[in-house]
Amino acid sequence: MKPLNSVGILGYGGYVPIYRIQASEIGRVWGAGCVPIIEKAVAGIDEDATTMAVEAARYAVARAQVDPEEIGAIYVGSESKPYAVKPSGTIVAEALGISSSLLAADYEFACKAGTEAFQTCIALVASGMVKYGMAIGADTAQGRPSDELEFTAASGAAAYIFGRKSEETVAYVEGTYSYSTDTPDFWRRQGEPYPSHYGRFTGRPAYFRHVLSAAKGLMNELNLTVDDFDYAVFHQPNAKFPLAAAKMLGIDEEKVKPGLLVPVIGNTYSASSPLGLAATLDEAKPGDRILVVSYGSGAGSDAFSFVVQDAIEWKRDLAPPIKALIERKKLVDYACYTRFRGKLLK
Amino acid sequence: MREVAIIGVGCIKVGEHWDKSLRQLFAEAALTALEDAGVDRVDGVYVGNLASATLNSQQHLGALMADAMGMPGVEAVRVEAADASGGVAVHEAVRAVASGMLDLAVAGGVEKMTDAKLPDVEYAIMMSERREYVTHTGVTITGLNAITAQLYMSRFGAKYEDLVLFSVNDHKNAVNNPYAQYPFPITVERVLESPMVADPIRLLDTPGVGDGAAAVVLCPMERAGEFTDTPIRVGASTVATDVVNPYEREELLTLSSTRTAAERAYEMAGVTPGDVDVVEVHDNSSVMGVIALEDLGFVEKGCGHKFVAEGEIEIGGKLPTNTFGGLKARGHPWGATGVYQVVELVWQLRGEAGKNQVDGAEVGLAQNVGGTGATSCIHILRRVD
Repeated sequence: MKPLNSVGILGYGGYVPIYRIQASEIGRVWGAGCVPIIEKAVAGIDEDATTMAVEAARYAVARAQVDPEEIGAIYVGSESKPYAVKPSGTIVAEALGISSSLLAADYEFACKAGTEAFQTCIALVASGMVKYGMAIGADTAQGRPSDELEFTAASGAAAYIFGRKSEETVAYVEGTYSYSTDTPDFWRRQGEPYPSHYGRFTGRPAYFRHVLSAAKGLMNELNLTVDDFDYAVFHQPNAKFPLAAAKMLGIDEEKVKPGLLVPVIGNTYSASSPLGLAATLDEAKPGDRILVVSYGSGAGSDAFSFVVQDAIEWKRDLAPPIKALIERKKLVDYACYTRFRGKLLK
Repeated sequence: MREVAIIGVGCIKVGEHWDKSLRQLFAEAALTALEDAGVDRVDGVYVGNLASATLNSQQHLGALMADAMGMPGVEAVRVEAADASGGVAVHEAVRAVASGMLDLAVAGGVEKMTDAKLPDVEYAIMMSERREYVTHTGVTITGLNAITAQLYMSRFGAKYEDLVLFSVNDHKNAVNNPYAQYPFPITVERVLESPMVADPIRLLDTPGVGDGAAAVVLCPMERAGEFTDTPIRVGASTVATDVVNPYEREELLTLSSTRTAAERAYEMAGVTPGDVDVVEVHDNSSVMGVIALEDLGFVEKGCGHKFVAEGEIEIGGKLPTNTFGGLKARGHPWGATGVYQVVELVWQLRGEAGKNQVDGAEVGLAQNVGGTGATSCIHILRRVD
């Protein structure tokens, strides 16, 4: 899918809550010999998907240098909305001073809800229906105590403001491609506090099939090969999958590492690949081409090709880089973590 | 009783068949066997399966599989004897054909393990043990085998690194088996570095979880010439049982069901252990493979690990064992395993074993065990010259 008019990212922002719990601490409580990551980000007791979305959105506005009043659409992708019924986008809009002449909705497609918001904003901007659109992926991911998901399910957010391609563009969109099937690898039913998943089924027939198909579909449509990309960002449910996907596509590990955040912040679900893209933009040079492939269980993948522009050089310092957000941390033990994440009910 | 011949075999690759149902898996193996035999209809279908009720919410496998094969109307039944279900299904089919009640029969086994979560898979196999005395303690099959391994090592002075050569041999043989789940070699070092499952048993010394199906077509020997030039004679087919709770057995390091079934089988086939050219044993972790070699009479009790360490189980050794990968590397789709063993012996005896062919193989023996040894099923197959 190529937009008829050229569209790009004007500003981006990430947010990683300050608290971390080490995977070995979770292993200490539940028993685990080897753990899949080092540590994961934990939202504080006063944080949720919308507060984190606001933090990320503020940084995105700072980099975009746009008047929030001119943002005509806001889409928040999340699977951990604080309200089952009541939009998250309106909360973010109000906090940012975005005008009420606004399209707003929430998206859900497991971990790819954030990149779907990208596509909607790209389309609205390209068609001329809105001047600027904001896409956010934000999650306080849930993992059932003792479940293998608990080691990685983390919290974070990333926000992107899209507008017509100009001097202000940080990176423009060459095209996007989506691959979706009915594949029940992971789900959470209405009213259930924690998701269920089907072990190894989440691998080959789910994550890899969709990520690889979307990446290949995109390259085919844009007439590009893996060698045309300087960086690649994949959805990061654990440290193994994105590196394995890169290997299967023939992409060098070094192109993936700048955006590979899962070992130190965990799987931030809807924010996972958007945060990886943000970390990559933090170090990319003008002219670099970035492949982004999200993955949402259920299942689908959205692939994008972004080409970095000159504006990255002066815009990246207008908000904290992802690296700084990751380094700013406080370790908590399992007891505090259970309280922060509402796992203990009074 | 009539003599019985195997005239067709078929199986699918053991692995994660996410896109195939229990029914499709069985049908694919059975239809391959029928094609191999050049037969389009049989009189009876025997389906070995352990856990379809628990893992696939499906029972009534006899009719289900007959229907899947396009043969509604035929006599069909499911056979269950824990992970000896496949062997016992072949046994039941052999008896039916031998008795004269059926002429042509398909005996197959199927297990679709990837439909369920791993804890449910573990729970399903533990239903093979006695609920009140064993299962409720939370011990797993690997845990029970680990106790056996500890006792074996302390009593016979065996080292774990010697035992695991059994699994290393399985993997070596699986390399040339297109139907194997893990067709790659492993080393003793890799086994010892792999995660501990139940002390001393390591991950690379235990079968994985995989879907599989295998089938054979049987007919009376007197009719075998109508279908094939290379019928394989079923020299013996026996089943024996033991006390189910392993803690109530007189001896943990002897599978008395295997001994009993093997004695009857040797007598029935008119052979001795020394006549066996190739063997398939139920190595649910290496120690169980070693013990099987002893209880089948190939080597003295307590000496199995030395026999393995001396390389005698390799192709080219005294007793080529698990020549297509065994439970460890071909895979262990419970209810299908015993049938895979028979299929693999048929390949050897027909001379169709490719790079793993045992030269001049005339007599093959398969040992299929249910649970930790409460059921053993033995088949002795012979080439017809």
